[in-house]
Amino acid sequence: MREITLSQAVNEAIAEEMRRDPTVFLMGEDVAEAGTPFKVLSGLVEEFGTARVIDTPISEPGFMGMAVGAAMTGARPIVDLMFGDFIFLIMDQLCNQAAKTHYMSGGKLTVPLVLRTNLGATRRSAAQHSQSLQAIVAHIPGLKVAMPSSAYEAKGLMKTAIRDNNPVVIFEDKLMYQDKAPVQEEEYLIPFGVANVKREGRDITLIGTSSMVQVAEKAAEILAAEGISAEVIDPRTIVPLDEATLVESVKKTSRAIVIDEGHQSYGVTAEIASRLNEKAFYHLDAPVLRMGAMDVPVPFSPALEDLTVPTPEGVAANARRLCAGEMIHAA
Amino acid sequence: MAKAKSNTEDYLRMYTQMVRIRTFEDNANQLYLSAKMPGLTHMYSGEEAVAVGICEALTDDDRITSTHRGHGHCVAKGADFKQMFCELLGKAEGYCRGKGGSMHIADQSHGNLGANAIVGGSMGIATGSALRAKLQGSDDVTVCFFGDGATAQGLMYEVMNMAALWKLPVIYACENNGYSEYTKTEEIAAGSITARAEAFGIEAHQVDGQDVLAVNDLTRKLVARARKGEGPFFMELMTYRYHGHHVGDINREYYRSKAEEKDWRDNRDPIIRFRAHLVSEGIASEDELDALNAQIEKDAAEAVAYALEAAYPDASEVDMHVYAA
Repeated sequence: MREITLSQAVNEAIAEEMRRDPTVFLMGEDVAEAGTPFKVLSGLVEEFGTARVIDTPISEPGFMGMAVGAAMTGARPIVDLMFGDFIFLIMDQLCNQAAKTHYMSGGKLTVPLVLRTNLGATRRSAAQHSQSLQAIVAHIPGLKVAMPSSAYEAKGLMKTAIRDNNPVVIFEDKLMYQDKAPVQEEEYLIPFGVANVKREGRDITLIGTSSMVQVAEKAAEILAAEGISAEVIDPRTIVPLDEATLVESVKKTSRAIVIDEGHQSYGVTAEIASRLNEKAFYHLDAPVLRMGAMDVPVPFSPALEDLTVPTPEGVAANARRLCAGEMIHAA
Repeated sequence: MAKAKSNTEDYLRMYTQMVRIRTFEDNANQLYLSAKMPGLTHMYSGEEAVAVGICEALTDDDRITSTHRGHGHCVAKGADFKQMFCELLGKAEGYCRGKGGSMHIADQSHGNLGANAIVGGSMGIATGSALRAKLQGSDDVTVCFFGDGATAQGLMYEVMNMAALWKLPVIYACENNGYSEYTKTEEIAAGSITARAEAFGIEAHQVDGQDVLAVNDLTRKLVARARKGEGPFFMELMTYRYHGHHVGDINREYYRSKAEEKDWRDNRDPIIRFRAHLVSEGIASEDELDALNAQIEKDAAEAVAYALEAAYPDASEVDMHVYAA
């Protein structure tokens, strides 16, 4: 099978859906000729023109709000938010308007839009261009949240997102845009709320989101060499969450670590760990561990920044201790 | 009154719609005062000529976005009393099945994309609706209602910039009622409000918001031009709210005097003015207008009685409509 980059996968997904549905359009900062700073959207304006690939001023709340209005009246906008950190600029339009319109209207109005943005530290971009803010939006009922872990997921989840009748936020890891993965030529969609068991195991479940799936897989390799069999699961969407697959895995392995690049406190890891405690308590042989980013603003210096995110070695070390029966905290 | 072509049917409908708004609000206020309505509401009384003058220039295909003070827009755009009162009382037969309430009434069957409880919160939505019209080659126009208080929100300037750049069919209708909640507008707005729109190259007009014909004439002209791609436009409608910021804002002499309120009610009331015009022009007699008023009061009373007896939504609806299928 051919291999393409995550960037190409996103581009293909959007192009296919724009060919399929004339109501789909793109708007955001430097999405047209520039193709975004990460060049993810290069070539789209040449095919679809500036009427459907719209460069906006640097006005995130403005174009986010306009996307809500366009979506409410019959279009399917894809909003490109250059950095995930800019979510804080659009919170009213995303969380007070887009997320609540369907409910507040008693189901009469819908807001079918996609907000594509990114996450991920270790790009030496410091505290305002490195955050992973998926927990912030996952907290708000009415929004769906997808976190692709490879080019394959990025394409299939994007296509599903564009066809979904709700506001969907997709977080791409900006360090993964050049990562290649096998992606079939034939069309496919990946349904929301269906986790992917990436690797089967007996002794411990490693649940990772986005690039933390790779971290979990690398940790599983390290552990396998030591005779510890780790199962790796990618939820693929955190809203909706495939709780059943996660719970079944933990009932089998009796141990779990949840890994996500958002801040650990009040984060995605906390939510998933809590659900596992509620649903699999009598099957657990150890506390469910959370491994998120450190609770510090992302520092600039590489010497500091690299300390803030989960690593395969760190995951393996915690797994080792859990499997040895040490009731530890992931301090 | 401003001069307009004589059209008895149009005039009587404008009068009727203004009285319907006033009557709706009087009943809503009574529901609040008698503790029959959950929560608070914001009265539109005094501003009727704005909503009616504008909405009478629109079709059902044209969209509006509304505000926390939105009952007037909703009625003027064609909404039904029963479903509105049901919504105010949180009943299942309300426009939003009781999930929105006074501040979120939406009636998409008449193009009302909804009231909004965030001041200025719908400016992006209205402008986006206009962007959709342009992208899809549709000739509908979107009117964005907002108050003078909302001119202090940054979103307004972001979307007016894009609307002007892309010539979108949107009309920004600033209802300047003189007060930004409990504060005089002159204390929160520097310079001229219309000049802010003009800075983007947007044609802006200031109009007497108590004169329904003046509002209607201007809106008709701007809507026709917006349909041809000459938009966006900006209107500042000088008006007044008779009640406080909301129904609970009773003792308000610390920010505005009773004499001022009396002057607007006695001398600039949009319904009294238009009624006098209709009679003096021979369009309707006092008796005919009294009969219209009586019928509207009867309709409202029946709708209130209906809504009071109507069922609340079933508990099973609480987690319904979080996500669309």
